[in-house]
Amino acid sequence: MLEFKEVTKQFEGNDYPSVHKLNLKIERGEFVVFIGPSGCGKTTTMKMINRLIEPSSGEILVDGVNVLKQNAVQLRRSIGYVIQQIGLMPHMTVGENISLVGSLLKWNKEKQQKRAKELISLVDLPEEYLNRYPHELSGGQQQRIGVLRALAVNPPLILMDEPFGALDPITRDSLQEEFKKLQREMDKTIVFVTHDMDEAIKLADKIVIMNKGEIVQAGTPDDILRHPANEFVEDFIGKDRLLESRPEVTRVEQIMNPNPITIEEESSLKEAIQKMHAKRVDSLLVVDESGILKGYVDIEMIDSNYKKKNQVYEVMDTAKYAVDKNSLLRDTMYRMLRSGSSYVPVVTDNNKLAGIVTRATLADMVYNTIWGDETAEGSAIE
Amino acid sequence: MQTMMDTLSSYGWDLLDKTGEHLYISIAAIVLGVLVAVPLGILLTRIPSKAADRFISFVGILQTVPSLAILAFLMPFLGVGVVPAIIALFIYSVLPILRNTYTGVMEVNTSLKEAGKGMGMSTFEIIRKVELPLALPVIMSGIRFATVYLIGWATLAAFIGGGGLGDLIFDGLNLYKPELIVLGTVPATILALIANGLLSLLEKGLTPKALIK
Ligand SMILES: Nc1ncnc2c1ncn2[C@@H]1O[C@H](COP(=O)(O)OP(=O)(O)OP(=O)(O)O)[C@@H](O)[C@H]1O
Ligand SMILES: [Mg+2]
Repeated sequence: MLEFKEVTKQFEGNDYPSVHKLNLKIERGEFVVFIGPSGCGKTTTMKMINRLIEPSSGEILVDGVNVLKQNAVQLRRSIGYVIQQIGLMPHMTVGENISLVGSLLKWNKEKQQKRAKELISLVDLPEEYLNRYPHELSGGQQQRIGVLRALAVNPPLILMDEPFGALDPITRDSLQEEFKKLQREMDKTIVFVTHDMDEAIKLADKIVIMNKGEIVQAGTPDDILRHPANEFVEDFIGKDRLLESRPEVTRVEQIMNPNPITIEEESSLKEAIQKMHAKRVDSLLVVDESGILKGYVDIEMIDSNYKKKNQVYEVMDTAKYAVDKNSLLRDTMYRMLRSGSSYVPVVTDNNKLAGIVTRATLADMVYNTIWGDETAEGSAIE
Repeated sequence: MQTMMDTLSSYGWDLLDKTGEHLYISIAAIVLGVLVAVPLGILLTRIPSKAADRFISFVGILQTVPSLAILAFLMPFLGVGVVPAIIALFIYSVLPILRNTYTGVMEVNTSLKEAGKGMGMSTFEIIRKVELPLALPVIMSGIRFATVYLIGWATLAAFIGGGGLGDLIFDGLNLYKPELIVLGTVPATILALIANGLLSLLEKGLTPKALIK
């Protein structure tokens, strides 16, 4: 969809290039967020896509065609653009603002109006607002109109430069939700610039971290939070967020113990007792011969049934709650802590047992997150 | 007062004629001024601001040349009559319109121009749909200013045979008839006031609704 090849931009009179040898590939439908300190070249990078700025060297391809080979005006009409300062035309009504690109493309009035009505309903604003002027709207409402204006002629690619930057946190939050939903429904490729790491994590399929005109790291939010490429990225993400966001992005599979102590359902209760004794546990996960999770037995169940029953499947509890290995640790943790259970089995799609998360696992993880570095240093000295 | 009434009755038709001429010269000069100064002002916004500032200062110097001197200076080239009068006045109309067009367009929020460009407006579309409508109040007040002054200065057109109410004033001076001077001056002043009022109305009418504070 969009590709940067060795793109460099050196403004005249500057000592350093604003963007330096940038290489990046963006797939159709991807939501890519550029983030980095002020002046690192995010806006410059974005503006080179629709030729508001032309690269000094290198190529930018949109659908395989170098943007410099296209008519700049046509190119811009085919790419949605939301500028940092909203930029609604104060002398045009909200409806005229939304229809701006449509009018440039010589859409007839009816088509423009129909589209404007369609769009404004997407963001839950009343149709009457189409006849208002921008200054009669709140900041958040103006921002919404700015986004709708970029969507008006349904461009496959949309560029957004800090579109929610000037909003209060609550409005920003709801606009982000709303927009992410819109994006999923409409299957757009989006290039988004922000200063706000939380925003990036929330919205991005891919985060591109820039510094001094270069890409420092590009990857999924998950990747970047878990494997920051270097100290710059770590500092940029912030230690707090690294800590806090681990359960946000960590999946159960990554921390579970993959070797839970199990027993087959056909085994005898005697075998179960022996296993518990040998492994020093008070309960066992019950599986069938192909490893499908069936339930669990604990010492009390065996004790109260020892005289009457023989086999594990006769006494086991089948109503044991399990989590999918791809679910977020955050959710699992929350449920475990709330329900007071001491462990939870982890399964794959077809209910095959994959591992177990115990309270001890959680303690280990929290311990490592908080003290991990120091322990590593300490043991190195010893 | 009696002499005034007498003069009015004997110069009545003449007065109407001269007022017509006067209006014609002024309006022609202003229209010419708008046609030249507005595009020129827009053009200036497209060149480096240093050069634009220099150019405007230069036009400003022209403006300080006394009007009589300009008229006298033009005579050898353009001769006498209505046309040189219009041209002389036109020169005076350029500066206020040019300056206001330039500042008006420059003052249009850059982010709006960039929004327009980024959405795919051609240069011409940016001028027509963004810059001109938003700069219009400033441009119009330049035009109004120029018009009021031009109607006053147009009395000097008589000096090079351009006609207008100046004829009455010059006659009055030559014939020692102060009532003729009054007869030429008062209508000129009234014309200027009317023009000012009408253009103010037009300015309000043309100002985008949303921009009225
Ligand atoms: N038109 C220009 N002429 C000269 N230098 C420029 C121009 N535009 C940007 N720069 C420089 O290029 C660098 C990158 O600017 P850019 O606007 O891309 O930063 P940014 O990452 O978007 O910053 P911010 O987060 O503050 O918006 C800066 O050092 C800036 O000063
Ligand atoms: Mg920027």
